[in-house]
Amino acid sequence: MTQGTKDIEALIDLLSRLPGLGPRSARRAVLHLIKKRSLHLIPLAEALTRVGATARECLNCGNIGTTDICDICTSDKRANGQICVVEDVADLWAMERSQQFKGRYHVLGGTLSALDAVGPDELRIPRLIDRIAGENVSEVILALGATIDGQTTAHYIADQLPGVTVTSLAQGVPVGGELDYLDDGTITAALKARRSL
Amino acid sequence: MSGLYLESLTLSHFRSHRRAKLDLDGRPVAIHGPNGAGKTNLIEAVSLLSPGRGLRRAATDDLTRRPEGVGWKVTAILHSLHQVHEVETWAEAGTARQVRIDSKTATQTALGRIGRVLWLVPSMDRLWIEGADGRRRFLDRATLSFEPGHADAVLTYEKAMRERNRLLKDMVRDAHWYAALESQMADAGAAIQANRLATVGHLMQAQAEGETTFPVATLELTQPEADLPDGTEALKAAFAESRPRDLAAGRTLIGPHRSDLSAVFAAKGVPAADCSTGEQKALLISLILANARGLAQDFGAPPILLLDEVAAHLDAGRRAALYDEICALGAQAWMTGTGPELFADLGERAQILEVTEASGTSILAPKK
Repeated sequence: MTQGTKDIEALIDLLSRLPGLGPRSARRAVLHLIKKRSLHLIPLAEALTRVGATARECLNCGNIGTTDICDICTSDKRANGQICVVEDVADLWAMERSQQFKGRYHVLGGTLSALDAVGPDELRIPRLIDRIAGENVSEVILALGATIDGQTTAHYIADQLPGVTVTSLAQGVPVGGELDYLDDGTITAALKARRSL
Repeated sequence: MSGLYLESLTLSHFRSHRRAKLDLDGRPVAIHGPNGAGKTNLIEAVSLLSPGRGLRRAATDDLTRRPEGVGWKVTAILHSLHQVHEVETWAEAGTARQVRIDSKTATQTALGRIGRVLWLVPSMDRLWIEGADGRRRFLDRATLSFEPGHADAVLTYEKAMRERNRLLKDMVRDAHWYAALESQMADAGAAIQANRLATVGHLMQAQAEGETTFPVATLELTQPEADLPDGTEALKAAFAESRPRDLAAGRTLIGPHRSDLSAVFAAKGVPAADCSTGEQKALLISLILANARGLAQDFGAPPILLLDEVAAHLDAGRRAALYDEICALGAQAWMTGTGPELFADLGERAQILEVTEASGTSILAPKK
């Protein structure tokens, strides 16, 4: 095997370790990149180098950006008194895609799990408590998963924040969803959270 | 016929069965054959058509046929009231058990919603004299038959309790963390307690109303110490109050995970644990039959019953009475025994099946 082939194999191997990709899709991606060298490969390599040099976690909220404090935290427009607490940056991006939330975020970086030795200090919870006092926060929206660990974390945070309105995202029927396809737990949650029309 | 029964059962690489297919008509199924032929394996496969690990509580990988070890599959056509479902459950080597109902991926809890399966196996003969663990499991299986959502409450409670126990063992003193876990334990725990109490009520009522030759058991849900507080808030407060003691012990000392089911042989006023072996077995059969009668009213059909080696411990009179009660209920009861003579009283009322074994493979021979 020549060095060139080895490098390509190494690239395929690296890509195949990424979430959502396997060896087969990694091979297809690498072949495509090589065929479209100037259109995709070179810009991708440059972008990777740039992001590799500058990407970091926001010191305030845990979001990922290229500066010490992310764009959302520095924007005055986002200082509306609301902080949305999410488990991971992927959840923050999902919230941003909706374009409905105009406040700031706090990324915990996981959920409480005694069995996995993940405690409050590993989760930026102390930093959240500091922010409540420092940023004139009136409402904390807990957008955490409906899992046992997610709900334990939600209870824990709510318990730590007296004097602030703490809300959580509603659980129930998804937009465009049909009742027939929902599991019983979701229907129960939706029924409990019903509202007047 | 309507009701709850399997119309067919197919096993593939399941324990001693390489491939087996049974066509059934809703009558009780009597399976006879020598020891080790694979009779219990057959009814274990049926038990996996309900949530959980089946009647042997086996690990998924242990169910696969050796030496191939390629994974196993159980498929059944299940008549449930007026619906017919195709149920598939399987596991490939080293993977978790999966379920499909009518060609759609489903949870194990969903199995509990379309069908009801109850069992009595020889290892339960010591139920009344061994630890509370087995009796809680017995009660929870009965509870699950009346309230399929009980499984979710138990899983939530146990997960939250494992987390809390870790905090206790690690001597963590973060009160907020405990409160967060106790809140979930209290929610699930109150539901568990209410479901179990309702089940004890169902069983007592079914025993009182039923015409049976088996003895009546007076049941009670008990706690090792004081009674369990009633309701979510009271339970939450009790967990908080118990924290110092729990910290010293390194585990949670109160809660529904410590409940026990006590039974008294009503006619004699003697606790089940002090009864003779035969009486203890009769009490268990009585409860299973009461559960079945209760379900026939509550669910609309008696459950599928799996009675492993049930005939062996009963005298001829009690055996005949059991068969009569099962037939009167209209339940598809799967019964195993070593010889066909044990099922002679059933006559044409049951499908008879012989299981033999050759070179490590079970062979089924239905008797027409």
